[in-house]
Amino acid sequence: MEPLTPDVSDFRPRIGGAKSDTPSGPPPIRRIPLEDPEPATEALPPVQNGNGNGPAPHSSGFTAAKRSIKAPQFSIRRMEIDDVSVHYGAKEAVKRVSLPVRQGEVLSLIGPSGCGKTTLLRSLNRLTELTSSATLSGRILLDDVDITEIEPTLLRRRVTMVFQQPNPFPMSVFDNIAYVLREQGSRRARKKTLEPAVHSALDRAGLFEEVKDNLDHPALKLSGGQQQRLCIARALAAEPEVLLLDEPCSALDPKSTQVIEDLIVRLRDQVAVVIVTHNLQQAYRIADHVAFMYLGDLVEYNSATALFGSPREQRTREYVSGAFG
Amino acid sequence: MQETPLTVPPIPPPLQADPPGAHQRKGAVEGSATWSLTDRIGLAICWTLGLFFCAIAIAIVLYLMIQGIKFLRPEMLWTPAAAGFSESETGGFSDALFGTMIVATLGIALALPTGIAIAVWLVEYGRPAALARITESTIEAIAGIPSIVLALFGTVIFSSSALGFLSRSTEGIVFGRSFFAAGAMLSLVALPLIVASVREGLNSIPRHVREASYAVGKTKAATTRRILLPTCRPQVATGAMLGLGRIIGDTAIIVVLLGATQNFAPVEGAGFPFNYLRGAGTTLTNFVYEASPTGNLNQPQKAYAAAFVLLLMVLALNAAVDVVHRRARKAGTWSH
Amino acid sequence: MEEQFQDEYGPKWSDQRVERMLGALVCGVVALLLALIVTVFVRAWPSFSHNGLAWFSSSGSVEDQLNAISLSAQTSGEYVYTFHAWPLIWSTLLITGAAVLIALVSALFIAVFIVEFAPEWMSNILQPVIRFLASVPSVIYGLLGVLVLVPFIGNHLVTEQQKASVAGVISLTGYSLMAAVLVLTVMIAPLMVSIFSDGLRAVKPGWLEGSLALGVNRWRTTWKIGVRSARPAIVAGTILAVARAIGEAVMLAMVSGSVAFAPNPADGLIFVYEPSRPLAPTIVKNIDQLSSPPFNATLFSIAAFLLFSAALFSLAGWTARRAMRKYLMP
Repeated sequence: MEPLTPDVSDFRPRIGGAKSDTPSGPPPIRRIPLEDPEPATEALPPVQNGNGNGPAPHSSGFTAAKRSIKAPQFSIRRMEIDDVSVHYGAKEAVKRVSLPVRQGEVLSLIGPSGCGKTTLLRSLNRLTELTSSATLSGRILLDDVDITEIEPTLLRRRVTMVFQQPNPFPMSVFDNIAYVLREQGSRRARKKTLEPAVHSALDRAGLFEEVKDNLDHPALKLSGGQQQRLCIARALAAEPEVLLLDEPCSALDPKSTQVIEDLIVRLRDQVAVVIVTHNLQQAYRIADHVAFMYLGDLVEYNSATALFGSPREQRTREYVSGAFG
Repeated sequence: MQETPLTVPPIPPPLQADPPGAHQRKGAVEGSATWSLTDRIGLAICWTLGLFFCAIAIAIVLYLMIQGIKFLRPEMLWTPAAAGFSESETGGFSDALFGTMIVATLGIALALPTGIAIAVWLVEYGRPAALARITESTIEAIAGIPSIVLALFGTVIFSSSALGFLSRSTEGIVFGRSFFAAGAMLSLVALPLIVASVREGLNSIPRHVREASYAVGKTKAATTRRILLPTCRPQVATGAMLGLGRIIGDTAIIVVLLGATQNFAPVEGAGFPFNYLRGAGTTLTNFVYEASPTGNLNQPQKAYAAAFVLLLMVLALNAAVDVVHRRARKAGTWSH
Repeated sequence: MEEQFQDEYGPKWSDQRVERMLGALVCGVVALLLALIVTVFVRAWPSFSHNGLAWFSSSGSVEDQLNAISLSAQTSGEYVYTFHAWPLIWSTLLITGAAVLIALVSALFIAVFIVEFAPEWMSNILQPVIRFLASVPSVIYGLLGVLVLVPFIGNHLVTEQQKASVAGVISLTGYSLMAAVLVLTVMIAPLMVSIFSDGLRAVKPGWLEGSLALGVNRWRTTWKIGVRSARPAIVAGTILAVARAIGEAVMLAMVSGSVAFAPNPADGLIFVYEPSRPLAPTIVKNIDQLSSPPFNATLFSIAAFLLFSAALFSLAGWTARRAMRKYLMP
């Protein structure tokens, strides 16, 4: 297949420079050109990983085992982050970031602690509004609709989130998933009607085999990895269009981490996945596109192989080679 | 969460045409507009009940204050009650006021050392473990016993001839009602509050403080007395004030164990102050009870006045607890 | 020479000695409680043994029975112990049950309001208000009840017609079930509100945030997750309130009426205006008879019943909380 260049040209990194050359007047809002209303499918280049020859040589100094995931088959643009800034009071946590979020691929936000990755993630489903001092400027579009015009609860059903600490509710496994389904309907559904949906959500999260014998088991008694997969199942039960993951594996052991990473890659065809991680190896393993953020700025956005292999920016090079973090 | 980067140069501030936040929009903040009908009714009930509750509380306080100020005359505070035809001739309730103070002092004097001792034993020693569990349950049980039952028990104890020296006894019949008796039983009412508060204080002291003291050879007793308890002064004070609040508010024990008089009835033949403490008397709560239509006196005006004084005392105690809490919070904890 | 290196307290206050002294004190307190329980039941025994299970039944007027008991002590004949306490028990059940029910529902909504939905200035006002209300002595509530609520009910709520309809049996003066329940509710609600709000605040914020992030609105999140997790606190608060309500003697003595009458719901709505006398006020009202032996036994039998009920409720609450721990603890 003829490799096409990834569609990154619209997203030049912003490092403290004005977007426009006009010194006066507000900068124009960057519009992402969507010529046809049909979602565009773009084939991304296959991953270069020198099969069987050991790890590919990287000019960035980044070393990792070889990537084993397949190239994504398609990508549909679901969300646009357009010139977004988030302020907590006077402090600017996210500085004018623009990114696309596509279904069919995994977008990973990397960067050292405290540089705005989590804030940006939380602004995607308007969780930043829970903090009274937070203000957001710029636009975020979900399927071309500004998310501030969607009712927050409706938005959060379409864009669901999995947190760093697994937080299953203090109920049984079944009730955890059924909770999401029950609270979305106006009438209280019977257990029998909910069973297929619950089973399917658990199945999609890869947890069904382990808990199917006793769905009334208290959720808090599951192991850490199982709890996190339950949280992912819960998020999937809402039938979201975008799945946000905030460092989901940082509290888990390596075995559970691997299980969840495989799960995330499997899910990318069904939902658009955005994952925040400070583990560079993890980002390399599972991400298709990577955005490196530093102190609130989007420093570089590129495909995973490109960013880890030959990063454009000096700071990216320093970060992936471990000079700071 | 500012990070000092090791090698990266500082980023120049962006050239922005608008001040930050200029484009902010509130957007569709989650109001209750999209909630289902039952949810919205629930929220309306919440608001109604909350406001109603506030209104009741304010009404109670205001009404009592108004009536109290209307009827309280300063001489009531130092004039003892006397017989009279109309209410304005019956004097004041100074005996009741002093009675409250006496009974409060007795109660706290008994409850505070006992409560601290029990709390110290529970936290610092606590062996055997079964005894510790039993003790915890006992303290909880005492907290749950109605004060009328405590009062009845008190009559049994203090009517025994062995304790005849604590109350009036004539020709071998021990009366069993006195300030001592009431104070002793009231200390049981305050005990659980003191134990709970001091326990909380002691538990909040991290282990390394104790270990540091043991490491220089101090005994547990010395450590507790010199280091731990002084640190817990706020909690001890809080417990004492909460206990005090309950003591001065209790009526059942007073009615049963203090005798139904309006004035002090000291015991003849004993020296001061024991003649008063062994005798009968009254407190503000008992006075309010008697002065109300249910009691013997039916003097509603003086009842309001006495109730107002009682309320002020309770308010003062509450405010003191608040002040202690605030100062303790400002003083900080061990964690830094 | 060794003296200078001795601990300032020396061997006189060694740890062992202090521990033994404190242990003795603790044992003393436990022994005191046991003595209390034993004493109450021993003193109550004559009344129970003479009445048997009929103690709990209802037959005849409690007033007459009490009069007979006190009379029998004055004459030199045999003591009379006949006492059927059901009207008192029924009054206690009615008043406590109604008050706890109303207070539970109200306190739950108010606690949710304070913790989640009230604006901050309102929460800051409500907290000290609740603490204050919880510490007001019960006799003051009784005073307000008897001087404000009772006349209001007697003069404005009860119609002449209603008074006439029961004139043969009872007089509706405003000392009533309604007054008792209302004042008792206001007395126990603040306690419940503060315990419930503590319980709600202790819910792990991760659960609440997780629920909001799944698209569930704030109301449902608060109730389905917050209140559900706070259930042990709710049970604890209710048990505490029930214990307080059962043992409340003085306030109810002032407000509920001087007649040991058992309000009958079958009378229709009028029954809320009927006077009653629960168990604890009966002791207070008859305390001057404490010295006569049969009356003494009767009063102690009532106290024994109160003690037993309080213990039963505490046990029930403890069991309930243990059952709830299954889902809440990891």
